[in-house]
Amino acid sequence: MTLWLIIRRSLRQHALSTLVSAGSIALAAGLMMCVWMVKTQAHAVFTATNTGFDAVLGARGSKLQLVLNAIFHLEASPGNLAASDYEAIKRHPAVRTAIPIAVGDNLRGYRIVGTLPEFFAVEYVPGKSFAVQPGGRFFSDGEREAVVGSFAARRLGLKAGDTFQPYHGLNFDPKALHEEVYTVTGILAPTNTPADRVLWIPLSGVQTMSGHDPRAATDVSAVLIQLRAPTAGFMLDMMYNRQGNRLTFAFPVGTIIAELFNKISWFDRVLALVAGLVALVAAGSVLASSYSSMSARRRDLAILRALGAKRRTVFSAILGEAAIIGMIGAVAGYAVYFLLYVGVTEVIRAQTGVVLPVTAWHPVLVAAPLGMIGLCLLGGLLPAVQAYRLSVADTLAPTS
Amino acid sequence: MLEITDLKKSFRTPEGRMVEVVNLESFTLAAGVQAALRGVSGSGKTTLLNLIAGIVAADSGTVRIDGAEMTSLPEAGRDRLRAEKIGYIFQTFNLLQGHTALENVLLGMGFGPRGADRSQARQWLERVGLAHRLDHFPRQLSTGQQQRVAVARALANRPALVLADEPTGNLDRRHAAEALTLIREVCRESGAALLLVSHDETALAQFGQVGDFAALNRAVREAGA
Repeated sequence: MTLWLIIRRSLRQHALSTLVSAGSIALAAGLMMCVWMVKTQAHAVFTATNTGFDAVLGARGSKLQLVLNAIFHLEASPGNLAASDYEAIKRHPAVRTAIPIAVGDNLRGYRIVGTLPEFFAVEYVPGKSFAVQPGGRFFSDGEREAVVGSFAARRLGLKAGDTFQPYHGLNFDPKALHEEVYTVTGILAPTNTPADRVLWIPLSGVQTMSGHDPRAATDVSAVLIQLRAPTAGFMLDMMYNRQGNRLTFAFPVGTIIAELFNKISWFDRVLALVAGLVALVAAGSVLASSYSSMSARRRDLAILRALGAKRRTVFSAILGEAAIIGMIGAVAGYAVYFLLYVGVTEVIRAQTGVVLPVTAWHPVLVAAPLGMIGLCLLGGLLPAVQAYRLSVADTLAPTS
Repeated sequence: MLEITDLKKSFRTPEGRMVEVVNLESFTLAAGVQAALRGVSGSGKTTLLNLIAGIVAADSGTVRIDGAEMTSLPEAGRDRLRAEKIGYIFQTFNLLQGHTALENVLLGMGFGPRGADRSQARQWLERVGLAHRLDHFPRQLSTGQQQRVAVARALANRPALVLADEPTGNLDRRHAAEALTLIREVCRESGAALLLVSHDETALAQFGQVGDFAALNRAVREAGA
């Protein structure tokens, strides 16, 4: 109780430096947790996102670009495939499902993707198929109808029965308006996948949109593939990528995305370095505030010693203060982490449609706050040693 | 209660010379007795009290308090013995500025064997007439009131020996007399022995047993003071 009284009063007496130190600890702990969680969760979620498909077939080019374009609806298409290529893969005995997509238009920046109605029958995660929110239905093939992903619908303010005119290109250009008018037949139930950011229309709609090259009216941008067995993917990889030179077969989707994360791992390391530096600065701030307050506190500590406090009591008081600052900072760090993480996940969702789980668990959620408390203790060590070595007689009064 | 034998303490000056400050052949104080030592500033009075309280380690000699030998104990033992047996009233009160009057008294009790007891601390402050100032910080109290808090803090642990170092040095004549009366009263009530050191003749006049520190301290005598 006595020790707690000393610590509590000292923290209150130096409230401003306590708050500044705890704030910097909170920022550091929150940043560290956020960087780590975004990194691990993004890796886990993105590599697991394939919207139900094992592979993608597209024009010759980068596998990563193909996957980003066809699965995540990011990046430009590497080129088109002829209808015969689609028919060939569709008939291949190793392929269970082959669904073509065509891209090239948008609505105020949200991508319009042409596909077949069969796309919606695919389980985007095991056991879950696309569904339309009540009051809507999927589009009919060949009609100027659209089903809109939930996120895109919310952002664009679309609902069943609304109409829109597509814009040409993947990026929004107000002058590139197509003539065709599409009617929204339904809004997809949220899937937390990139499909939520897309306006889905019949394949023929994109292929024959006014202004598109009529010579490419039967081409597709990519073919999404479900295999009968995973081993078939290696066979097709050999066939298209090693023996052929016209097309690219991207398989497996998760591994290709993992390669993307490997390529940008330096960015994770930079963020981790920044978070680490913030942590060091925070610990330094605890050290500086404890150290600078020591000269003002020498007398108080000497009085405590004169009252019978042992050296280890005043040592513990200083170290305890550092620990409490660390604990306050660590608890506030969770708030910082939560706000940052929610903000980042919202940005990722807006950009990719992928939703990172907010309630995800990782040991860093314990390790980072504990580490910060440890750093605080380290920062408080030097002032605590000073307090331990304090000379009571010299501090309290001159010899008389 | 208090027995001092051949107690010596020297300090090194900034110039590097060793200067003997205390050299006391013998001094005793019986339990419950109130005594005073007269001494001018710089004569080593505070050092003597610090040696008795175990704040400063002696070079040689013994200080025995209530049967326990302070000088043979390691520092942690001296801290414990001080917390258990001694109440110390400083000339400048030495109140903890960041703590209220009540907390100052609680901290005085906290390191002793009985530990901090809020109701006891409150009673002590009531006893010294500060029932209405429990939650005041030292800066919110008058000098006389701060002295009373210091008295309550020194006595709160029910020490066997109270050391008072120029306890009236910072007070005007009226408050000095009141403070001294209070210190003597509460020591008498709690049965504590009191050793007061001062150069203030008015304060010393209240004591029946007054020693001359200069006469007792061979270090001063030999220096020709």
